Amino acid sequence: MRDLSAARRPPLVSASTALHALPPATRYVLRGGADVRAAAGSALGLAIPATACRATVGADRAALWLGPDEWLLIAPHAPPPAFGAALAAALEGLAHSLVDVSHRQSALVVSGPQAATLLAAGCPLDLDASAFPVGMCTRTMLAKAEVVLWRTEPQVFRVEVWRSFVAYVAQFLGEAARGII
Amino acid sequence: MNEGLRTPEGGRIDRSRVVHFSFDGRAYTGVAGDTLASALLANGVHLMGRSFKYHRPRGVLASGAEEPNALVAVRRDAARYTPNLRATQVELYEGLEAHSQNRWPSLAFDLGAVNDLLAPFIPAGFYYKTFMWPRSAWQSLYEPRIRAAAGLGRAPTEADPDRYASRYGHCDVLIVGAGPAGLAAAAAAAASGARVMLCDEQNEFGGSLLAADPHGATAIEGRPAAQWLKQTLAALGSNARVTLLPRTTAFGYFPHNLLGLNERLTDHLADPHPEVPRERQWQVRAREVVLATGAIERPLVFPGNDRPGIMLAGAARTWLNRYAVLPGTRAVVVTACDEAYPVALELQGAGVFIASIADVRGPEDGPWAAKARAAGIPVLTGATVLGTAGRRRVNSILLARLQDGEPSDTQTQPCDLVLMCGGFTPSVHLFSQSRGKLLWDEGLQAFLPGTPAERARSAGACRGVFALGAALADGAAAGAAAAREATAAARTGVCPSGAAATPAVQPAAGGGAGFAGALPQPAGARGRAFVDWQNDVTTRDLTLATREGFRSIEHVKRYTTTGMATDQGKTSNLNALGIVSRALGKAIPEVGLTSFRMPYTPVSFGGFAGPARGELFDPVRTTPMHEWARAQGAVFEDVGLWKRARYFPRGAEHMHAALGRECLAVRNACGIFDASTLGKIEVVGQDAVTFMNRLYVNAWTSLAVGRCRYGLLLRDDGFVYDDGVVARVSENRFHVTTTTGGAPRVLAMMEDYLQTEWSDLKVWLTSTTEEWAVIAVQGPNARAVLAGLVDIDLAAAALPHMSVAPGYICGVPMRLFRVSFTGELGFEVNVPADFGPAVWEAIWDAGQAHGITPYGTETMHVLRAEKGYIIVGQDTDGTVTPDDAGLGWAIGKNKPDFVGKRSLARPAMTSPQRRQLVGLLTTDPQTVVEEGTQVMAQAGARAPARALGHITSSYHSAVLGRSIALGLVAGGRARTGQTLYVSIPGGEVPVEVASPVFYDPQGRRLHA
Repeated sequence: MRDLSAARRPPLVSASTALHALPPATRYVLRGGADVRAAAGSALGLAIPATACRATVGADRAALWLGPDEWLLIAPHAPPPAFGAALAAALEGLAHSLVDVSHRQSALVVSGPQAATLLAAGCPLDLDASAFPVGMCTRTMLAKAEVVLWRTEPQVFRVEVWRSFVAYVAQFLGEAARGII
Repeated sequence: MNEGLRTPEGGRIDRSRVVHFSFDGRAYTGVAGDTLASALLANGVHLMGRSFKYHRPRGVLASGAEEPNALVAVRRDAARYTPNLRATQVELYEGLEAHSQNRWPSLAFDLGAVNDLLAPFIPAGFYYKTFMWPRSAWQSLYEPRIRAAAGLGRAPTEADPDRYASRYGHCDVLIVGAGPAGLAAAAAAAASGARVMLCDEQNEFGGSLLAADPHGATAIEGRPAAQWLKQTLAALGSNARVTLLPRTTAFGYFPHNLLGLNERLTDHLADPHPEVPRERQWQVRAREVVLATGAIERPLVFPGNDRPGIMLAGAARTWLNRYAVLPGTRAVVVTACDEAYPVALELQGAGVFIASIADVRGPEDGPWAAKARAAGIPVLTGATVLGTAGRRRVNSILLARLQDGEPSDTQTQPCDLVLMCGGFTPSVHLFSQSRGKLLWDEGLQAFLPGTPAERARSAGACRGVFALGAALADGAAAGAAAAREATAAARTGVCPSGAAATPAVQPAAGGGAGFAGALPQPAGARGRAFVDWQNDVTTRDLTLATREGFRSIEHVKRYTTTGMATDQGKTSNLNALGIVSRALGKAIPEVGLTSFRMPYTPVSFGGFAGPARGELFDPVRTTPMHEWARAQGAVFEDVGLWKRARYFPRGAEHMHAALGRECLAVRNACGIFDASTLGKIEVVGQDAVTFMNRLYVNAWTSLAVGRCRYGLLLRDDGFVYDDGVVARVSENRFHVTTTTGGAPRVLAMMEDYLQTEWSDLKVWLTSTTEEWAVIAVQGPNARAVLAGLVDIDLAAAALPHMSVAPGYICGVPMRLFRVSFTGELGFEVNVPADFGPAVWEAIWDAGQAHGITPYGTETMHVLRAEKGYIIVGQDTDGTVTPDDAGLGWAIGKNKPDFVGKRSLARPAMTSPQRRQLVGLLTTDPQTVVEEGTQVMAQAGARAPARALGHITSSYHSAVLGRSIALGLVAGGRARTGQTLYVSIPGGEVPVEVASPVFYDPQGRRLHA
């Protein structure tokens, strides 16, 4: 029997100065109450945010607040069950939901001095640093695609996109880049 | 031609940069800084268009966005052809090619002008009365002819090749209009540190300052106006918190301070780069809005007031001071307010002979009359205009006084220029669009912004503050107040309170009241006096409308077309009101004002489409295995936003042959199918089974871990909403599948119930549609194909039909379902999506020894129809109960409740005469009836015979060697064996009612 455990084919994105794709990552959607937040936080060694629309970042992992009882956990790609198993063990007995969405979405990075302007072509939110500071994350629309938008640095945004929308989002941002003059 | 009417110096133009252009094929030159209109006037060309209805020769009336006459088309190539542009707004560029409109064969000689002679027979509403017979001719003959004869420019004939950009904007204060008030507002708001956006439709900021007399004494803050303008703009431009948007029209005001802005990026360039968007459409959400949209000068309504050479006084000032063009050589000024006097003096200073000033006020002199007389200009007070003459340019005007309706002091003044000033109408379009209330100001004879409905304030001339100093102070106060409110710690969502809305400056004279209506005429006067130049509406049209019983100004508008179309009555509304008010004997505020429609000026469709065209019209969603299918030559179909392989033709194979081959491969060997688009929802939590019990009709408590069940979801009205296989992966975890198209709405419905009805349940929903690549392997050889790849025992005893097991396939983690939508032994391999292509190829390779064949959605549809499996949305239409669809068995009979349960108990929902899903077999096995066809009880039925039902699915079945159909038929199951009738092209065919399960009714193959 052949071994395909390394035969991943993530959605393709042609990189440009303002846009590139990140390598595959491990992702979980975690749902639950304060007890779940605390237990997951100690298991991950990362404070899971209680503040709306804020992300916390550890050495190699991050937790994004997406709702009062919903977080997106992101860690570097590792063969299952490394990340998820530890988490599941820590949450044993607590009312929660932990769902692996590593392959559901891809990460694009929009960066550069015009990053916010570029995203403003399709994102209705105010991306000024005063309204959308570093560390802020939220679900939003980018043109006709739903995304999770996270400002990781003053001029760097991470865009989490469901895989079948990646090509559209990348093409839209390429077109939008032409509009910045 | 040369620019004989260009003054030797002055103006905001660059005489050193000559610009060549053409108008109706004739070559002209202008200079940098010109508009098309100013350049034509510099060349002595006043005739720029023909009117809408009567094809009368027309020149420019105004100098800006309000121009109703000089509508031209600008052509770059066949695709880049923009009709109906106002020549006053078209910036000149090298090589510009412009054409006049609504004339044939030429602008100077237009056959359509016969309409002008027919004018007495075609008044307002003539087409409602005239073209009544025969009735059918209206659509086929009259209307097309009328539309061809009227109307203005024509649409381009090729697809628009330009790019259009979109952008969302946000700011503390958006200021619309960069005249003195807007600039002062921007400066004040910026000084407080607010984020400011300032937009203006013109290429240059400055508004009325751009047309100010450079030799005049106008000073702002102790500096000459031009210097103030330059320094103010420099300060704003260097402020990173300020966004300046010239050539940007705020065309619409939407709820919650959302404004639509149309920014024109390349229309003024001779050779725009094809990559650069032509326009950018902004959607700006502003915390506070300052409207500084200025005022529009009002024409006067008198007979013959529409000849080329008759224009607004302010327009003449703009031609002279901004564009250094003399709009004529010998002028007569007709005015109802003081503002025309300085214009007359400025023109006189530039060398224009002012033959007379006719002031309709009086008989006493106004404050300026003495100055005019001192400059040698005769002033006739208490005047009116009886008519004008001149075919393609005015050449004389007939002035008089009226004594008891009889003319006296009649004088004919030769002239090539007539200037009108009827007063100033504040531009309240955007304020009105924002649902702000307008108030009539008797002193100013104008509607002014009243209480705003949005967080908006008006400043300057748009609220009747006309004098420069007052407008500047008003703007500064509004800008400062808006910035203060926008950045206040405690903001409320409501519009500014009384205090905030209170103007800093009271509206004051400075722009006199002017005149609204038509100048008085002697009894029996016959000339036509135009009110709405763009729509060719005259005083008589308006009085005719009132005589015919129209009382509401909204009705008068629709009957006469005054104030309609792209112009939206910018120059005409108030005069029309004045005329109607007099005819009805009612005060103007009682007559009312028509609504202002957006856009303020026309916006191109491209701007609205933005980047959403071609490949970016909508997202195109593809599955992980899409490239494989494409390489295999699959024919794709759109399913929602998805591209799905419909079938895989071999060589020149037609669809029918491909479907037959694919169906037989699945029935006899093995097929492989990409089912990744199926919706998937992971339902997790200790209350997961309770949630599923309440939502779906089925009984879930009894479903063991590792088993699957066909789930049926109803709306609360009891009708089928969605279906799909549901697997219990663990005690508290369900893997729910939905239809491809139903995925988002099912998740939304689940969330809705969870959040609003059952928020106590400890259960959470996560969409996993895109987490899994789903590879269906179906057919008698399916087990053999997969056996060597997976670490799971595939024997029927170990993994029976409707079960699920976790495992690995080629080292890749997997959820393996044993399910079937084909009626054959079947598996659905779920692997994390990135692994989809590799796993698919591994199965494909392993299947080669077992006759594996890829099949598409169309084949899948045939296979499931052979088994009588429904497709929600095809065999159901939102009025089908589970029992109608033959799915009553799925309902958990002992459950206390589920969504839709109570509705199912209503008598109408249990009637045996409801339309039920049945099989229908044509007598001739080769006849495939069309889906959607009505099913009739008798042969030869004619309307209004009632149909028993209709065909929902119809195919040729290769394995059965005949046609099959599913249909919803009234009382259908009780009709089994009966013959019914279905129409086909050219006749009808008999069909026999049968079981909807056509193939393997015992299900032996399924459980193999």
